[in-house]
Amino acid sequence: MTWDWAMITILVLIIISGIFSLLGAIGLHRFPDVYTRLHAATKTTTFGSIFLAIAVIVYSIFRITEVGPENDGAFITLAAHTFIALLAILITNPTGAHAIARAARKTGIAPEQAVIDEYEEVD
Amino acid sequence: MSFEHLDIILIGVAILGVGILVSLLRLFLGPTSPDRVVALDTINTLVVGMMIGLGAYYEEVVFIDIGIVYAILSFVTTLFIARFISTRKEKEVGP
Repeated sequence: MTWDWAMITILVLIIISGIFSLLGAIGLHRFPDVYTRLHAATKTTTFGSIFLAIAVIVYSIFRITEVGPENDGAFITLAAHTFIALLAILITNPTGAHAIARAARKTGIAPEQAVIDEYEEVD
Repeated sequence: MSFEHLDIILIGVAILGVGILVSLLRLFLGPTSPDRVVALDTINTLVVGMMIGLGAYYEEVVFIDIGIVYAILSFVTTLFIARFISTRKEKEVGP
């Protein structure tokens, strides 16, 4: 009874995660430019991985409450480490994307269909 | 009762694997080197997601620890490659 609702919640979270990860992978091929590809790929895959981590946390919490005291420590550890991994993804991924965009701009790659370049005047 | 919930997580891991294969194509045929770095960063994020999913599937905490270390090491790798790219001019691409 309760386990069915837990399975439905985990299924919805995993479907959201899969849809966004596939959208990020497809957006790598559908966009014409480095910057738009970065925009498509980085944000959606971060979102997808975070939702998979939330699904694992929900699964661990339901295993803690449902199964009994013989397995509690392992699942508490699983949930805590998954939360730390979620924080690691959340901090490191936008920083790396910013570094890639800055490096691409410094190599002199112009955006597709760009008309003026105001950054050139600053240098 | 304890078999159905595991298959759901494995389906999510399989979808992330399909995303890795699609991104690998862009890694091979990207025209410029920042394109390849973007594809590599996408693959790294998806591998961390797969590690979290497999850790829940096999009920082993070691997979998730590997995911944490992989996320931090891939961040350092991305920063290093970006630093390396930005010190040289790209010859093969025009505006």
